[in-house]
Amino acid sequence: MIELATVAVGTELPALTLPPISRTTLALFAGASGDHNPIHLDIDVAKSAGLDDVFAQGMLSMAYLGRLLTNWVPQERIRSFEVRFAAITPVHAAPTCRGRVTAVEVVDGESLATLELAVVLDDGTLTLSGHAVVAID
Amino acid sequence: MNVPQSAIGLELDPITATIEAGRLRFFAEAIGETNPTFSDSAAATEAGHPGLPVPPTFFFGLKLETPDPFKWLLDFGVDFRYVLHGTQKFTYHRMAFAGDVLTISPRVSESYEKKGGALEFVVLETAIKRGSEPIATLNETIVIRHPELEVAR
Repeated sequence: MIELATVAVGTELPALTLPPISRTTLALFAGASGDHNPIHLDIDVAKSAGLDDVFAQGMLSMAYLGRLLTNWVPQERIRSFEVRFAAITPVHAAPTCRGRVTAVEVVDGESLATLELAVVLDDGTLTLSGHAVVAID
Repeated sequence: MNVPQSAIGLELDPITATIEAGRLRFFAEAIGETNPTFSDSAAATEAGHPGLPVPPTFFFGLKLETPDPFKWLLDFGVDFRYVLHGTQKFTYHRMAFAGDVLTISPRVSESYEKKGGALEFVVLETAIKRGSEPIATLNETIVIRHPELEVAR
């Protein structure tokens, strides 16, 4: 956890690097998250949609970004968390989650830090970009 | 376009879900969570929580806890193989914990298209409450591809 008094514009969150995403992880995440969309699980369905293979659930990468945040601050300090899914994550890709403080401001008497968030694959592909707002009082 | 403008404001059937500790542990395992606060009740208590906390993105799946969660889209003729998740936002009001009974109320809030109809966007806004207390508000953009309308480049 970060010492909140030290948070300033430019502060970087410790990166979270994940191992390559296996088909087992896709299956477990489908069951655990409740998203049973077969496009992430069944290569026959993926091929019928013109894809070569299944790809990871976007929400799996967002859950990894959630880990980045809750490793950094207690969860009750997170005010909002949003992403845009920019590219699909192929099976076997290894994502890295990054975050950086881009603004610190007082809103309604509460000190809030805005974080810029990104998930990048080992080949450099940006898969998710987004923001979170956390209270740092 | 599968989802007509008239769908804006459509309220899906609310879902009531009880947050189970075992399910939260399964989620923690699936995402490789190593912080014991999310899987060990004693560690959660030590962190000051009344039970295992619902992690930040778990709320997304709650509206899928119904026998046929995508029926509303399929009823509009959407081919589910061409559905993508465009954006996802969570606004947090209060933490939720294992044992909580939550009410999940999704509603279609926007619908528009781009690229001559080749890409269709539907925004779903979902309110999650514990009794009368707001827990989180979710906004997601669902993208529906229409490959037959994609211009060859």
